[in-house]
Amino acid sequence: MDELTKVIRDYVVKEYLEEGDDREVTETSPLITGGIVDSFSMVSLKRFLEKKYAIQIPDDQATPDAFDSVQRIAALVRRFQQK
Amino acid sequence: MAFNDSTRNVFGAELESIKSAGLFKQERYIHSPQFSEIEVEFPAGAKVRKCINICANNYLGLSSHPDVIAAAHAGLDSRGYGMSSVRFICGTQDIHRELETRLTEFLGTEDTLLFPSCMDANAGIFEACLIEQDVMIADRLVHASIVDGMRLCKAMQDTYKHSDMTHLEEKLQEHQDKRVRMIITDGVFSMDGDLAKLDQIVALAEKYNAMVFVDESHASGFIGKKGRGTHEHCGVLGKIDVITTTLGKALGGASGGCVSGRREIVEMCRQRARPYLFSNAVAPVIVAGAIKVMDLLSASTERRDKLEWNAKYWRGLLKDAGFDLKEGDSPIVPVMLYDAKLAQEFARDLFDEGVYAVGFFFPVVPKGQARIRTQLSAAHEKHHLDTAIAAFKKVGEKHKILGLGKKELIARAGA
Repeated sequence: MDELTKVIRDYVVKEYLEEGDDREVTETSPLITGGIVDSFSMVSLKRFLEKKYAIQIPDDQATPDAFDSVQRIAALVRRFQQK
Repeated sequence: MAFNDSTRNVFGAELESIKSAGLFKQERYIHSPQFSEIEVEFPAGAKVRKCINICANNYLGLSSHPDVIAAAHAGLDSRGYGMSSVRFICGTQDIHRELETRLTEFLGTEDTLLFPSCMDANAGIFEACLIEQDVMIADRLVHASIVDGMRLCKAMQDTYKHSDMTHLEEKLQEHQDKRVRMIITDGVFSMDGDLAKLDQIVALAEKYNAMVFVDESHASGFIGKKGRGTHEHCGVLGKIDVITTTLGKALGGASGGCVSGRREIVEMCRQRARPYLFSNAVAPVIVAGAIKVMDLLSASTERRDKLEWNAKYWRGLLKDAGFDLKEGDSPIVPVMLYDAKLAQEFARDLFDEGVYAVGFFFPVVPKGQARIRTQLSAAHEKHHLDTAIAAFKKVGEKHKILGLGKKELIARAGA
């Protein structure tokens, strides 16, 4: 797991898993469709990524689909880092 | 555009996908007033049958109370059927203001403004008061109407883990640069039945200079020794900046809601809240009935006391029978099944046994958290609950879930 993926995974675990929730979050775990992150609370993840990596993710690209796994989120961040 | 076949197919396909996902909702027709026992036609066309109702928000049993009905009749006679106007054009009667004053006194706030519903109050309040330089920090389990209201507002949105005060504090620290911070929570969470830690929330709000917003829809009238709400229960009367609540549950059960709180916030809503500005005044008949509800609540705590007893008794019956419950102190007692299909089958079997309860599953509750939400009422007598528990036990035995804990129930669902 590279550094970017690890940072995102760690944030997801800290920000979204309730105390006592021992679900394992892997690179491919479904976050939105798996019920770990909902669209209501997804905004803090987007803001975290934008601040941490000094990028701007337009709302139309911050879709539940694009945020549905750590792997996908990492790909999204990389895309905007290259721009 | 005409509603041609291809357009019809667009929506038809969408409805089919709702059905195939098991999320299609069907109404059950009730042929009687709302009460502890109701006459239900389900499915449509079936013979009407009497059953015990254990899923209404009729917490105080006032939905069909004779005094409320009489007051509503009198209001209808003296003030008419409707206002044919929004409040600020020619829709405000003396009784609208009277009810607002009564609610202000009851809730222990500075002022109150009626809305057509609490859904409308929640849809209007944030946009009316907050701007881009502000932040709304909400508990992740707040009601859907709050989520919708927040989405209509330009202020920054953030959330904290359900009732997690450490997480809330982190968020408050993070947002110290904002003009206004508003902490947003339900008083009683409608799906879990647990109470917000309002004493701790108020302490954090004072420490970090934040406002506190509480939706008291599942609390007004019965939580707290005098039924004034979660803020009374938690000892923070007068310290909540914004309360929204409904007249559609314990407070008569018809419709209507309000924003109650700091006078400037209420005035901002009067000036700017779109659901208030662009929809009709609450009908006089409902206002008159609700004023009578306020009279009844001021005269006695007998109904909320009975409700409290019923909730404790029912919770004990379910525990003794071996059901897995969400802990809590409210008249909302969720029976956890975890599996959506089981929740639906369980509710259907209960109905066959003469008990009307509803299964809740994703997206109404988080995935894997399906349940039967039972709700008590002061209209329930002990014999209703004794009859209902017999049905719950019978259906529980049928599905072989009695005595199973969370892990076993989840394992059973996955099997």
